[in-house]
Amino acid sequence: MVSAVSTDVSSAQPAAASESLIEIRDVHYSVGGRSIFSGLNLSIPRGRITALMGPSGTGKTTLLRLVTGQIKPTRGEILFDGINVSTLKTRELYALRRRMGMLFQNGALLTDMSVFENVAFPLREHTDLPECLIRNIVLTKLQAVGLRGAAQLMPAELSGGMNRRVALARTMATDPEVLIYDEPFTGLDPISMGMIVRLVRHMNAALGITSIVVSHDVHELSGLSDTSYIIAGGKVAAAGKLNELKGHQSEIVNQFLNGLPDGPVPFHYPAADYQQQLLADSE
Amino acid sequence: MKIVRELADSAGDFTAAVGGVTLFLGRLLGQIPAALLRPSLIVAQVHNTGALSLVIIMTCALFVGAVLGLLGYDTLLRFGSEDALGTVGALGLVKELGPVVTALLYAGRAGTALASELGLMRATDQLTAIEMMAVDPMRRVVAPRFIGGVIAMPLLTVVFIAIGIFGVQLVGVQNFGVDSASFWSQMRASVELNDIAEGVIKGCVFGLACNLIAVYEGYNAIPTAEGVGRATTRTVVISAVLTLMLDYMITAVML
Ligand SMILES: Nc1ncnc2c1ncn2[C@@H]1O[C@H](COP(=O)(O)OP(=O)(O)O)[C@@H](O)[C@H]1O
Ligand SMILES: [Mg+2]
Repeated sequence: MVSAVSTDVSSAQPAAASESLIEIRDVHYSVGGRSIFSGLNLSIPRGRITALMGPSGTGKTTLLRLVTGQIKPTRGEILFDGINVSTLKTRELYALRRRMGMLFQNGALLTDMSVFENVAFPLREHTDLPECLIRNIVLTKLQAVGLRGAAQLMPAELSGGMNRRVALARTMATDPEVLIYDEPFTGLDPISMGMIVRLVRHMNAALGITSIVVSHDVHELSGLSDTSYIIAGGKVAAAGKLNELKGHQSEIVNQFLNGLPDGPVPFHYPAADYQQQLLADSE
Repeated sequence: MKIVRELADSAGDFTAAVGGVTLFLGRLLGQIPAALLRPSLIVAQVHNTGALSLVIIMTCALFVGAVLGLLGYDTLLRFGSEDALGTVGALGLVKELGPVVTALLYAGRAGTALASELGLMRATDQLTAIEMMAVDPMRRVVAPRFIGGVIAMPLLTVVFIAIGIFGVQLVGVQNFGVDSASFWSQMRASVELNDIAEGVIKGCVFGLACNLIAVYEGYNAIPTAEGVGRATTRTVVISAVLTLMLDYMITAVML
């Protein structure tokens, strides 16, 4: 099913030779008159784990929405395996999305279905597999994330970490080539976090899935990612192995990686002069 | 001057809203054939919305019918024609009270549930997640709910009318001693096919309107707790106003 889709859409270019799966070239994007990206360039290597980092509000989620074709850039192009994502028609875009899997921060499980039905959802929607085969696939995927025993629970009965693991199993059900994780570690206890880190690594190592991890957890990522991009000010501020970036000359990169409270990202939100405002208010 | 500008602004808002609903309806109608191929999803939604509203519809119908019995008997007695109570009750319920009150109750119970469910799915990224799984949420989530509601509402209207007539009968025949035979025979003799058609048309039109508003507001809710709350409120308010406006138009046309 997936292979039929890829020959269909990617006929424009024989893509197998290329090193990188996703290419972002000179992307500009603005929303509500505010510029989020101004000339963003980066490439996601095939079969590796790439980290996208940066301060909150810098546009990491927006970048993922651009890559998955939910929004279109005002300028520049986004190539997925040689296919320009932003020029696709809806049907072609849906075909392309079957090669991607995306994990949302809160899991985004369908709340009116059990864990089992959630994982079965993409299979039921896209295939005519017999029930027994669906059952086998679902149980295999749940076993891989350690939640086969939770198959009959409803999403509301799961903890935050379990929610994300079920979402991962659901994403894996259709065997995507790329997995995109949006802040997978946020709000998790250390044990759940360790489980997710292990799963991200496993999916990449055992199945060769290209992985994109958005996070600002410098510590977890330094052991996980092959390459990292730090995005700030609408551009890539630094790129490379995370350990080597620690001594980066750019101030913003330094502030981010070392967690300094003040720097290019100021401690104070822009405001009028403090003294003047106090005096003015007391009058 | 300020008033003129405000009027112009709200006229602009209104036009934009109507345009938005129309575009949404177009997308929705495009997905309906595909959604009809999966009747199990629709049946589940008919059950959901129907079961949700059934008890409240039945309770209210009984009381509306009983009040109609009291007032109808009191009025008809002044003309010495209490035997016509069956006719008055049935016509009132079939042509007006049944469809309208059902629509208002439906909007308050099932419409709000629909809007907040979709709004919450939007706010918790469920709709985006479905899109990311290469499934159109319009086809898989919105269309079955819309069709289910559109089927459920005329059925609920019929239930309301039946129970309402029972309520009229309870007060008129059991309580005031109107002759049972003439109550039913007068009703059967004077309620015409036209009257029933008016009730059916109203039930269907209100069903389309209320369910469209509910899924539109829910699907386009601002993805925050506040946004979902607003969508729910707007569903009730707009459904009620629209129902009564449409009611006037249909009544005028069918008179
Ligand atoms: N639909 C939108 N309307 C207005 N502003 C938006 C919208 N989406 C994102 N933004 C703004 O874009 C910026 C980047 O958002 P986001 O990509 O979510 O950041 P990150 O994921 O890096 O924290 C934020 O400052 C946010 O306020
Ligand atoms: Mg984000």
